Amino acid sequence: MVEISTTVGRLKLQNPTMLASGILGDSGDSLLRVARSGAGAVVTKSIGREPREGNPSPSLVELEHGLLNGIGLANPGIDNYRAEVEVALQGDVPVIGSVFAEDVEFYGPLARTMEVYGVQALELNLSCPHAEGLEEIAGDADLISQVTAEVKSAVKVPVFVKLSPNVRDIALLAQAAEEAGGDGIIAINTVKAMSILPEVAKPVLGQTMGGLSGPAIKPVGVRCVYQIYEAVDIPLVGVGGVANGLDAVEYIMAGARAVQIGSGIHYRGLEVFEAVCREIEAFMEEHGYRRLEEMVGIAHE
Amino acid sequence: MPTSRLHSVILDKVMEEASHTKSFSFREEFPVRPGQFIMVWIPGVEEVPMALSQLGPVKAITAKNVGSSTEALHKFKEGDRIGVRGPYGNSFDLSQEHYLVAAGGTGIASVIAASEALAEAGKKVVTVFGAKTKEDLILLERSRKYGEVFIATDDGSVGYHGVVSDLALKLMEDRRFDGVLACGPEKMLQTLEGICRQRDVEIQVSMERFMRCGIGLCGSCSLDHYLVCRDGPIFKGEQLVGLRDFGHYRRDRAGRRVPM
Ligand SMILES: Cc1cc2nc3c(=O)[nH]c(=O)nc-3n(C[C@H](O)[C@H](O)[C@H](O)COP(=O)(O)OP(=O)(O)OC[C@H]3O[C@@H](n4cnc5c(N)ncnc54)[C@H](O)[C@@H]3O)c2cc1C
Ligand SMILES: Cc1cc2nc3c(=O)[nH]c(=O)nc-3n(C[C@H](O)[C@H](O)[C@H](O)COP(=O)(O)O)c2cc1C
Ligand code: FES
Repeated sequence: MVEISTTVGRLKLQNPTMLASGILGDSGDSLLRVARSGAGAVVTKSIGREPREGNPSPSLVELEHGLLNGIGLANPGIDNYRAEVEVALQGDVPVIGSVFAEDVEFYGPLARTMEVYGVQALELNLSCPHAEGLEEIAGDADLISQVTAEVKSAVKVPVFVKLSPNVRDIALLAQAAEEAGGDGIIAINTVKAMSILPEVAKPVLGQTMGGLSGPAIKPVGVRCVYQIYEAVDIPLVGVGGVANGLDAVEYIMAGARAVQIGSGIHYRGLEVFEAVCREIEAFMEEHGYRRLEEMVGIAHE
Repeated sequence: MPTSRLHSVILDKVMEEASHTKSFSFREEFPVRPGQFIMVWIPGVEEVPMALSQLGPVKAITAKNVGSSTEALHKFKEGDRIGVRGPYGNSFDLSQEHYLVAAGGTGIASVIAASEALAEAGKKVVTVFGAKTKEDLILLERSRKYGEVFIATDDGSVGYHGVVSDLALKLMEDRRFDGVLACGPEKMLQTLEGICRQRDVEIQVSMERFMRCGIGLCGSCSLDHYLVCRDGPIFKGEQLVGLRDFGHYRRDRAGRRVPM
């Protein structure tokens, strides 16, 4: 028997798979369904201060090796989200509240409200490549440090900072989050991308540019986690293109203590969480690892 | 390339069905079952879900002009290109022998392929079609090829003066159907579900919710714990009983749960 339970700082997880933010996270019922499908934790859609309708469609299309989305942070707004969190909390896994804002000063109050709703941790989305305002925060160590510090002083639950790969030096940004008191780093958000349909000579996404996710970005994510692991001591969560157990093991060996899965649901359905766990266990048995912990960051040795 | 990826097709024919409704056909071969839908992109405008009203080698959608995207689509002519991806969603279970097909307005577009498949399999189909007024009747000639058609109009300008669910109930009192297939306004679907539950007749309805991705990821189309694009659009009556949303709430573009 191998042991795949894990911890991300103070957060205890029955297994290392979490739902990534923005996939099925609008509704509490969907979050609950994902929790009951075997995810070790679920992350809400990124919620902002006001309801937001998002970008014009098409806003999510399948490409050859991944998905391209330009949803643009459509969300019901924090005031309408209490009921959804309450439903999600009926699953017996941690619910992590993701928040975003156009301005540094709004992160604290948003995070505090999420905490009041009952989430067990917070995830700060500083990294959406297709929403105005956030792009500036994403690449700026000072702003990241300010946001993290604001939120840390507003809430008691652990605060995880989610980073964008569309930056020059992701490790430096992770350090800024750590120094400001961040309890963990989530990497990565989508990779800035676009696609054109040649026969109609137009960009496919209504918003022209969006974010790439899925298998195509896994090597980018693994690289980022590897670099961040060398730069900080706080725990890491890997995200980007995880669809099977070996994908997860790559992230873990690069330094992650857990993984998030979004696009993987497209490739394997909601069973992906259970399947990834069984595949991690099979790998561990075959290679003589007893606890997941033993694999964390092992590729650095 | 799988047709589930966004690609373009050339419009083969554009047919005027009624004052605000047109059918658009295109030639493309892909496996599809009655009840499934596609995402239709009007280049430069937006992308919207549409049922396939015709399967076979020539496919068609039948779209009512209700807003910006459908208005733009209505300007498209034969030879123009639209973007499509799909087919998505589940399909009608057509394993019984004798069906009542109940359609309200453009809802007929979602069920007519099922009528056709049933007729082709030698099964019996009776259609009840409801519209506001005579001018809104669509796809009638085709429906008549597959079986008897009864009409209800809100203003009594043709057929039964009243709502389609009342007409359906009258038919069900006279004849025995093994199953009901329905698409139309949600209140109508809710009424029909109640009627069928009482009479112990299996009902399948085609549901609509705001859709962004069509592939079960974005969560826009939530109906309680279901995703209409992936778990539906076809739901059995028993799946809908007891849902908080069915007949009462939908989600808007921002994901807010709002009363219908
Ligand atoms: C599975 C499915 C099958 C459908 N099949 C047909 C069909 O065969 N024929 C037909 O005429 N209509 C069909 N519809 C409805 C059609 O998608 C909407 O009428 C269309 O999206 C309106 O867009 P608009 O920009 O013209 O109007 P808008 O002004 O944007 O909206 C008008 C109405 O359409 C709804 N709507 C807008 N965008 C969407 C969207 N992306 N998804 C769902 N609803 C939306 C709005 O909520 C509103 O009630 C179907 C919807 C679904 C979900
Ligand atoms: C449809 C969609 C919506 C997303 N919305 C959000 C969001 O609201 N907040 C966020 O932090 N990340 C969002 N993301 C990014 C994912 O959480 C994740 O970082 C990324 O998709 C890479 O993981 P994956 O390859 O497993 O999908 C979204 C991704 C997709 C595909
Ligand atoms: S439309 Fe995206 S989940 Fe159904």
